[in-house]
Amino acid sequence: MEFIGLINYWIVIVLMMTGFYIVIAHDNLVKKIVGLNIFQVSVFVFYITMAKVKGGTAPILAEGITTYSNPLPHVLILTAIVVGVATTALGLGLVVRIRKEYDTIEEDEIHQMDEDS
Amino acid sequence: MGFMAVIGFAVARLRNLFAVVMLTGLFSLTAAVLYVILDAVDVAFTEAAVGAGISTVLMLGTLALTSSEERVEKSGGSKWALVLVVVTGCVLVYGTLDMPPFGDPTAAIHHHVAPYYLEKSGQEIGLPNVVTSVLASYRGYDTLGEVFVIFTAAIGVLLIIGRPQFGRRRSHRMLVGELHESMRTNVILRVGSKLLIPVILLFALYVQWHGDFGPGGGFQAGVIFASGFILYALIFDIDTARTMIPARTTRLFLVFGVLLYAGVGVAGLVLGGNFLDYSVLAADPVSGQHLGILLIEFGVGSTVAAAMISIFFTFARQEH
Repeated sequence: MEFIGLINYWIVIVLMMTGFYIVIAHDNLVKKIVGLNIFQVSVFVFYITMAKVKGGTAPILAEGITTYSNPLPHVLILTAIVVGVATTALGLGLVVRIRKEYDTIEEDEIHQMDEDS
Repeated sequence: MGFMAVIGFAVARLRNLFAVVMLTGLFSLTAAVLYVILDAVDVAFTEAAVGAGISTVLMLGTLALTSSEERVEKSGGSKWALVLVVVTGCVLVYGTLDMPPFGDPTAAIHHHVAPYYLEKSGQEIGLPNVVTSVLASYRGYDTLGEVFVIFTAAIGVLLIIGRPQFGRRRSHRMLVGELHESMRTNVILRVGSKLLIPVILLFALYVQWHGDFGPGGGFQAGVIFASGFILYALIFDIDTARTMIPARTTRLFLVFGVLLYAGVGVAGLVLGGNFLDYSVLAADPVSGQHLGILLIEFGVGSTVAAAMISIFFTFARQEH
């Protein structure tokens, strides 16, 4: 029974490692950003999982309800999602700029060009 | 959650970046459903609006500007990456053995400030939505910081790729050039979006002002508001959309939101309270809190909406 309670965390770790793998094993810059996004979502899921209380409900006060889930991680993740998309946009902006300069978005080709010049 | 893992693996394997982007949209939507199941309605709202909406559009914009096919790489090198990932994963799984089981009410996280927020915010702030109370009042500093990060990111995008002279020259192709011809002539899309856009904008305003009571608030409202304009720009014409909401206006709102938020904080200082202490803004603390939260949520909303709109237009204005 003890392990059932941890399965959420394990799926989070699988997701996190998938994102990590994409970031380190792929040369394509857009793919790297997608990997970072997956990593990011896995952290979000981790926080929200910790916030859940068994038998609790959404943290909006109402009469007759005594158990609520923890609102603090919700706040942190809510802002983190919007900040995440803003920083993703910044990263994509850099990718577009790199493409303009180097005409490629594959990392090893960019390194090659830097060495050649 | 298993579904999310499957999508994650598919993303890792696929070479066609267009499919990858579509899958990430789906991934976000699944995550949003998961958040609802885990009682985080505000978070689910944000994820659905941001992940499945704006970020997919931005990714597609980048693909249109670059290439949508990933080069097939030579094998080797990624084996070490795989080994590293598996080892790290094992270490993390070992770490979770000490974690409290899922949903355990006695876990350490539920025993610090969270019970205080849940018990006291009803009287001190007077808002039913605890998430909004914590976001805007108890943790106002954090949120101010987040708004500044969004502000900075938007400025960064404008600086990196937002050279305005590109937009004024008609010779440059728009990002959705080929799509445009078919979209502009499609009656269903035109009529449907014309019907939808006012509703989207109205809904954004509802989310903005109702965030104190139900799920919602400035962050979600800003994103939804921006997506209304982005839909318009996609279906009709980017130049038309730009005349409707000019760059000057979005930049003005970008700055205005941050200034309003910080200004409310300073107003608290001037009236004798602490920075971002809203209790002194009105005659009694509770209505002061109401006023402060309403104002700073509006600041957040306008900054987020303006940031998203200007980021989108900056991408859309690039030469093809």
